Amino acid sequence: MHPILKLVAQRVSLGLVLLLAASALIFIGVELLPGDVAQSILGQSATETSLRNLREELGLNEPALTRYFNWLFAALQGDLGTALTNGQSISKAVGERLGNTLFLAFWAAIISVPLAIILGLIAVRYRNRWPDKLISGITLSTISLPEFVAGYLLMYLLTVQFRVFSPISTIYAGMSLGEKLSAIALPVMVLVLVVLAHMMRMTRAAILNVMQSAYIETAELKGLRPFVIIARHAFPNAVAPVVNVVMLNLAYLVVGVVVVEVVFVYPGMGQYLVDHVTKRDLPVVQACGLIFAAVYIGLNIMADVISILANPRLRHPK
Amino acid sequence: MKDELAILLDRLDAMGITRRGFMGRAAAFGVATALGTTAMGGAAFAQEPKRGGILKMGLYGGETTDTLDPGLADSPVPFSINRQWGDTVVNVTADGQIEPALAESYSVSDDGKVWTFAIRQGVKFHDGSDMTAEDVAATFRRHSDENSKSGALGIMQGIASIEVDGQNVVLTMDTGNADLPYLLSDYHLLIQPGGGVDNPTAAIGTGPYKVVSAEPGVRYVFERNADDWNQDRGYYDGVEIIVINDSTARTAALQSGQVHMINRIDPKVAKLLSRAPGVNVTNVSGRGHYVFIMHTNTAPFDNKDLRNALKWAINRQELVDKILDGFGGVGNDIPINAAYPLFDDSLEQREYNPEKAAALYKSSGHDGSPIELLVADGAFPGAVDAAQLFQQTAQAAGIPLEVKRVPDDGYWSDVWNVKPFCASYWGGRPVQDQMYSTAYLSTADWNDTKFNNPEFDALLLEARAETDTAKRKEIYSKMAQILWEEGGLICPMFNDFIDAHGDAIAGWQEDPNYEMMGGWASQKTWFA
Repeated sequence: MHPILKLVAQRVSLGLVLLLAASALIFIGVELLPGDVAQSILGQSATETSLRNLREELGLNEPALTRYFNWLFAALQGDLGTALTNGQSISKAVGERLGNTLFLAFWAAIISVPLAIILGLIAVRYRNRWPDKLISGITLSTISLPEFVAGYLLMYLLTVQFRVFSPISTIYAGMSLGEKLSAIALPVMVLVLVVLAHMMRMTRAAILNVMQSAYIETAELKGLRPFVIIARHAFPNAVAPVVNVVMLNLAYLVVGVVVVEVVFVYPGMGQYLVDHVTKRDLPVVQACGLIFAAVYIGLNIMADVISILANPRLRHPK
Repeated sequence: MKDELAILLDRLDAMGITRRGFMGRAAAFGVATALGTTAMGGAAFAQEPKRGGILKMGLYGGETTDTLDPGLADSPVPFSINRQWGDTVVNVTADGQIEPALAESYSVSDDGKVWTFAIRQGVKFHDGSDMTAEDVAATFRRHSDENSKSGALGIMQGIASIEVDGQNVVLTMDTGNADLPYLLSDYHLLIQPGGGVDNPTAAIGTGPYKVVSAEPGVRYVFERNADDWNQDRGYYDGVEIIVINDSTARTAALQSGQVHMINRIDPKVAKLLSRAPGVNVTNVSGRGHYVFIMHTNTAPFDNKDLRNALKWAINRQELVDKILDGFGGVGNDIPINAAYPLFDDSLEQREYNPEKAAALYKSSGHDGSPIELLVADGAFPGAVDAAQLFQQTAQAAGIPLEVKRVPDDGYWSDVWNVKPFCASYWGGRPVQDQMYSTAYLSTADWNDTKFNNPEFDALLLEARAETDTAKRKEIYSKMAQILWEEGGLICPMFNDFIDAHGDAIAGWQEDPNYEMMGGWASQKTWFA
């Protein structure tokens, strides 16, 4: 077996074990939440009989371990159960929400990742001169701004003062791609501003690190133009740390944007999860937790694999 | 009276209060409306409604966990959704009268126990089937079933039998209840085909708008019901409700013209928003109130002197000014205000009186240990600030009040109605009987002050069966006196409903029953 394939297989199986551990942690965490599930569903109208009936119906009388494995086996077969609060199929609801979340994350990533890397390269080319300082200054101030403040600022400027975009990013079936893109313009901008600095700074730092190497000096002595040296010779050797940071930010774009979702009324996973946590809707919380864990683990595996592929010493082990 | 009018006119100038808000207040003070109108130049606002257009509403108060089952509606967005597609048998008008809806008329036996509702004929559900007395009875049965999770279960429990007699539905009560039509106007009690037993979430009703698509917590789309039985409503071709829980996003959506009307304006930005071009901010004093509640059966709050010490130790006017920014009225430790029929205003208004509070605190014999008040941001807007103001005025009276802030999460299940002293709010009810029965009758589920006063309970039941309004008013004022003196309720303020709509909207009216014109905004307004 090719060493790379073997490595990927190893990582994936390790990831699956991690996912299993995460699922157990999520289950325990949800179990530890205060408040009885049946009680919180029935609310004030709960009577002894209706509580007993509901506990029976939900299988809450069985031991926790049995319930965990029941849920796990169902989840493995793709059945995430139904939401306790409104009886909708979780797989269907989560499917739509996840689609929306990925749609937003995709467009934010498509813009932010290349932009961050290019800005990083430019910053290195003009390091310690005004373009570098300008880029660092702007990106560091946007990352320091809380997301909702950035959101409100853009909203005020681009929807109230100048009516360029819509302040509500609700998207739904039946909208054309153009309409959808126009709807999500503001949240995408906010997300780009938030993730840009981290990736840009990492690109800059990693390349500067490589720039001290002897082979860069050789390249300079060969008379190559500075930007070519950075892009062709320095950057490939700085890919590993950059990829890790990029993946971290991509994961954030998928699982961590609930504030942006709320501000712009975007129907993504974050709001869906938060609503169900407050209602103690366990199956939904578990399903969302599992998906978020899978996204994190999956992106990290990708980061590992790409770093290995980018490094010839790891690609061709003796 | 003249002073009141002067104050109102000042407010009118100072903060761009709407004309109708003014009229409502002026009327509430008994000022002749002619006088009020003259003072403002007497602009006429009667207009002929026009049909057409798609109304977009940006509303607070929807979650992805919401369902279309009208019985389970418990927040502003599900409430509004219900208003679009369904009808109740009767409605409460803006001035507190009963108006026929799916019941053309009703009659009651002399003892107030047997009510006969004549059901309107020729009304069709959205699916084309006929709405009959059977459907009405089945709906009532579903909501009064003991295992029902309906929010209307509490008010349906007094109904002993539900019978169909030709085109009539006959309800027999356990005890006489002169307020039954008010109870049946409850927004959970939408008439559904077959009572909605088979499919409670179908959202098939008789309302002016039909559900086209529903995405809980995100967006709801409705189209006009061309066969509506009532052609004097539902002027839009369609309605779109967009859930916008974030207050800033909501106002931005209105200002940028993305939506035509929004609810729940934060009192702190209401004045600012009213100065924005193309935006009309409306406020109406309603029955909703913010409260601090003490369990009268738990130490130290089982001591009447201590309870009254705390009641005298709160500065109600300061809270109205600082927490509501003036958009509200002071409370008087009863859940009833002038917005209720049969309200008696002769009850002494409790003011901030640190000396009296200190004296009562001393005579309560309390040991001086901290008195803990639990509060979360979600208890009511500004709850934490209000509690801190309360703490300061109480400390000035020598009462060791301590504010303990707890998370919003789980507040309504683990703190409210559980802990002996906490902050909360009430949306109010259409009539006094319902408010008292819901929260102050000793046997009520939501008796959140654990108030147990046999005389009060007896008076409540007496008033319920009393058909002579003068006598009822007398009984209610006795009850208010008892609650004021003995109760565990500290009610510092009644909050206004503050909504806003764009210039495109015509026909906006004041309705103290609830926000968004009592929920009728999409039915009774039109595009100018």
